[in-house]
Amino acid sequence: MLHVSPNTATTGIAKGEVLLSVENVSLRFGGVKAISDVSFDILKGEVRAIIGPNGAGKTSMLNCINGFYFPQEGHITYKGVRRQKVRPHEAASSGIARTFQNVALFKGMTTLDNIMTGRTLKMNVGLFWQLLRHGPAMREEIEHRRKVEDIIDFLEIQAIRKIPVGKLPYGLQKRVELGRALAMEPELLLLDEPMAGMNLEEKEDMCRFILDVNQTFGTTIALIEHDMGVVMDLSDRVVVLEYGRKIADGTPDVVKADQKVIDAYLGVAH
Amino acid sequence: MFYRETGQFKTNYADDMAIFPIRQDRIGIAIIIAIALILPFVASDFVLKTILLPFLALSVAVIGLNILTGYTGLISLGSAGFMGVGAYACYKLTTLFPEVNIIIWIFASGFFAAAVGVFFGLPSLRIKGLYLAVATLAAQFFLQWAFVRIPWLFNYNPSGAIEVPLRTLFGVPITGPTAELEVKYLICLGFVIGMTWLASNLVHGRIGRSWMAVRDMDIAAELMGIKLLNAKLLAFAVSSFFCGVSGALFVFLYLGGAEAGTEFAIRLSFLILFAVIIGGTGSMIGSFFGTAFIVALPTILKFGAPAIGIAITGATAEKIVLMIIGALTIYLLIVEPHGLARLWQIMKQKLRVWPFPY
Repeated sequence: MLHVSPNTATTGIAKGEVLLSVENVSLRFGGVKAISDVSFDILKGEVRAIIGPNGAGKTSMLNCINGFYFPQEGHITYKGVRRQKVRPHEAASSGIARTFQNVALFKGMTTLDNIMTGRTLKMNVGLFWQLLRHGPAMREEIEHRRKVEDIIDFLEIQAIRKIPVGKLPYGLQKRVELGRALAMEPELLLLDEPMAGMNLEEKEDMCRFILDVNQTFGTTIALIEHDMGVVMDLSDRVVVLEYGRKIADGTPDVVKADQKVIDAYLGVAH
Repeated sequence: MFYRETGQFKTNYADDMAIFPIRQDRIGIAIIIAIALILPFVASDFVLKTILLPFLALSVAVIGLNILTGYTGLISLGSAGFMGVGAYACYKLTTLFPEVNIIIWIFASGFFAAAVGVFFGLPSLRIKGLYLAVATLAAQFFLQWAFVRIPWLFNYNPSGAIEVPLRTLFGVPITGPTAELEVKYLICLGFVIGMTWLASNLVHGRIGRSWMAVRDMDIAAELMGIKLLNAKLLAFAVSSFFCGVSGALFVFLYLGGAEAGTEFAIRLSFLILFAVIIGGTGSMIGSFFGTAFIVALPTILKFGAPAIGIAITGATAEKIVLMIIGALTIYLLIVEPHGLARLWQIMKQKLRVWPFPY
């Protein structure tokens, strides 16, 4: 069994309560409105999908949540704290982890080192002992290595432990990236197209991992995905964006039947 | 055949995370250190003076720049300047406080170089790649100017140069004109082994991983909670520390005296960068390969070529060296960005599975 546990005790937010809420967020790049006046919330413990056609502002939304972009208007409230501006490392230390659309692994490093990097925030032995690589530094290293090995077991990537990730096939890279995010023991995990470019088998594996993460650790998951089958199966609730606006929000069944969503995906007759 | 890891099982994480996990590697390192210890008593004074001493002194700077360029992905052209800071700091310290042992001052001079390095590393948060190289070029030229124009740094010597004073360790002279080459060599070797050990510990731990993370994908690194400014400035500090110690070794143990205008010029900065690229970015052993290459090549050409009947003058050899190093750097950048260290790795891999191809 995994020793990695979500830090539920520290937050005091129970399952089903609002973990993160996006209120009237607008984001502009010069004259281009990437997101206009979007509000939705993510409940603790749920799998929340964000879908929409290309250019709908889904990735921009994630970038706002973890601090790569600062929305011009609106607020994002996370764990009850309302924030106008957040830096990526602040988001990380408050328990938000994420994976990227085009894999953003550290290509020159091994799988093990990549996942170990995910533990950076939890490691704090200083420069002196790091220089000697003895005593506290080594103890800390071993302690975190144990946690990382649990993640490696969980994701079934034991065989590629010591291989530089640049050499791995795409599907495995995606899996390592998920592992790196999990190593942060996040409370909110943002997945940007975790299944893009995968074959059916890899997709099924990935779905299994996502559900396991959600159910075993109680990690809240927000995911962007284009495969509707996956989205409808995995997610508890779905928010649909189009041209930066929210057009629908609700359970998969409600969203599926929504005329606006059907129009957005299939087009409208003029 | 003899390079197999069969039967060497790791039963705990500490063994698995060792820097040399394979027994043959550990034996190899022990043999290399043993040879290095015997070498000064076997090699001629000429080899000691023209190859081994500059090799040892410079390798520390090359490791330093490798930490910055190879591990953190920040190009610097100020390494010679930082070496100069170390050399001058050591000179001032030992002339101000002659009673403290020179070994301590050589080490301490690294801290001065680190402070200067951090200052000139500040732009690295905003600018990357070639533009950062240009910014560090400013450091190089400013420092070189300071070494020439601030006479306090060289104790108002009329010659404008550092004159290395006599300093002893347990009564044996280690710097200055009367010091034996062998003694200088062994002191240098001690520094090289110690500093390499520290550097290699650092790059294998949390700090090293965050440097490599910054190098490979800085936005993802930020998302792991790594503060880019801290990581980059620490890389500048450690890198400059190594350069500073190297500079002090270079002047006090190899040259025996130096004029900054000539010794710590931009040419040396470039040579150090080329040594990093030729040896292999992001590799400790590569740093030594690269240094050996740039230090040994001129001597081999100057004295080796005439010995086998090719008549070239010293000046021609000097130019040929620059041409070879330049051409090789370009070649490696295109064909094998990880340099000689990568070739070494491939060789070891082949050896492991020999006689089978894979």
